[in-house]
Amino acid sequence: MFWQLLANGLVTGSVIAIAAVGVSLIYGILRLVNFAYGDFMAFGALVTYSFNGPLGLGIVVSTVLGMVATAILSLVLDAALWRPLRARRAGFMSFFLASIGLALVLRQVLLLAYGPQPREYDVNPFKVYVIGSVRLSQAQVITIIVAAAAIVALGIFLSRSTVGRTMRALADDRALAAIAGIDVSRVIAYTWILSGLLAGVAGVLAGLVQTTFDPNFGFQLLLPVFAAVILGGIGNAYGALAGGLALGIAMELSTWSSFFGGVNPVYKPVVAFGVLAAALMVRPQGLFGRARVV
Amino acid sequence: MSALASGGFWAFVGVVAGIYTIFALGLQVQFGFAGLLNFGQVAFMAIGAYTMAILVVKEGWSTWLAAPLGVVAAAAAGLLLGVPALRLRADYFAIVTIAFSEIVRYVATNEDSLTGGSQGTIALGKVGVAAQYNGQWERFQARVQGWLGVSSKDVAMLVIVWIVATILLALVWLAVRTPWGRVLRAIREDEDAAASLGKNVPAYKLQVLALGSGLAGIAGLFYAWQFSFFSPDDFAPLLTFFAWMIVILGGLGRIWAVPVGAGVFGFLFAGTRFLDFRPLSYLSGADRAYVRLIVIGLVIIGLVLLRPQGILGKRDEMVLE
Repeated sequence: MFWQLLANGLVTGSVIAIAAVGVSLIYGILRLVNFAYGDFMAFGALVTYSFNGPLGLGIVVSTVLGMVATAILSLVLDAALWRPLRARRAGFMSFFLASIGLALVLRQVLLLAYGPQPREYDVNPFKVYVIGSVRLSQAQVITIIVAAAAIVALGIFLSRSTVGRTMRALADDRALAAIAGIDVSRVIAYTWILSGLLAGVAGVLAGLVQTTFDPNFGFQLLLPVFAAVILGGIGNAYGALAGGLALGIAMELSTWSSFFGGVNPVYKPVVAFGVLAAALMVRPQGLFGRARVV
Repeated sequence: MSALASGGFWAFVGVVAGIYTIFALGLQVQFGFAGLLNFGQVAFMAIGAYTMAILVVKEGWSTWLAAPLGVVAAAAAGLLLGVPALRLRADYFAIVTIAFSEIVRYVATNEDSLTGGSQGTIALGKVGVAAQYNGQWERFQARVQGWLGVSSKDVAMLVIVWIVATILLALVWLAVRTPWGRVLRAIREDEDAAASLGKNVPAYKLQVLALGSGLAGIAGLFYAWQFSFFSPDDFAPLLTFFAWMIVILGGLGRIWAVPVGAGVFGFLFAGTRFLDFRPLSYLSGADRAYVRLIVIGLVIIGLVLLRPQGILGKRDEMVLE
């Protein structure tokens, strides 16, 4: 049972981790806590569904198209909403509230377009892989493989590529990075593309793992994602990865019956925040965040 | 358009606006005066409403005892959340408060034996009991109705809600004019400066959090009475965002701007039910509900972009940053 839960936790954690990196990168560079990110994920998942279900394309091609669509949406919204706010030198509060308004609009538009009924991808839900005492569905195996690939690619991208390094430089100290000759607006565009691609893939993976999903499901995923972002130290991409995996595993293991009888599974999101609250008592700046004077 | 002309509709808009005035007033004090980013306000509304309903329906208490206790429970929950959460940075605090409100909703949804679960308060007691709580509020409302000589229950509710709201607005208006209120504004402008002058900043923040939570608890009581039943889904984070919209729409840092914002919101919220002209009449009822929330979302975005000081806000005192 322990190993099964650990595997489940790895699956949940991977999805949370990928989304958390997307949220954290945007925060690091734009100081925007993007409350609409869950709805970006739902957008990616549903666009992928459109290509996969009604149009009958393969799940891989559909996912890529869904990711690209989410990245384009992110860029369009940057031009229409976030750039004017930056031009006004708006603060945390304006950005956060605007993202709440955007989340409302986006979710309702998705509901108008797709309706509230649950959707599922055209994959075989009955194929099961058995590794020792662990049974994983095909969706779970795909999630682990895609997430591992994405995490490695992301790590290499952030640490080795020029764009990735300028992103981290910008997140670290915007003024200094601009003085060093970094083209800030170009890096912002790249960050939106990356965060959009991550939202798309995380949405599809979450949809695969849950088997059915509707336009509301993004918001339900958002709170564990935020918990992971804070746990890792907001704005720190590597921290978000670690935070996501740790929370995913903690959420699943908490239901283990040998662990004080196990927590009722409906409280898994509450466990995520319990872990976060405990961690913040020890390190108010998050596990990987730096304590700094703001 | 006939619905817009009927008195019943306007009474309903007025009741909604009154309940949201009380609800958003707490946020105005917390953010407009003390600069706190509480995004979990709806949790305290839920705690007030549930405490009253559970005590009345399951424990058989008098409404007039259970209602104040509901407000106390909401304020106590605010303190309980504030003690650990106020140590956090402002942006973390915002997220943690949203999470708190979701946790309250999870508990209300899943602890069936305490709250009636996802069915809501209808499942709390025997059939017929939950509907009326214990009848005390209905009798009081009927007496006010008879005393006013009006034909509709909603009009009686309208008068009661707005009398309470006006009293609360006046009390808060007085409170922020005292030295206590000036310290709050000092904290909003520069926390370190206030602390260096010997003000106990965390204590002030806790007081404001408890005050705002108590006000949300009062709003919860009226919510419970107005709608007879409620379920955990009535306390989604959306309600907190509505309250934020009201505070910013009216204007930050101004007490009397809250009812103005709430009035506009009440009309947007209830009035958009009647978006039945073409081309919107082609949409089904459910789809029109989505359009209504799209309108509210666009108003929030539009305010942030175009008029960050709200309708009545003073640009030089406080602008949304």
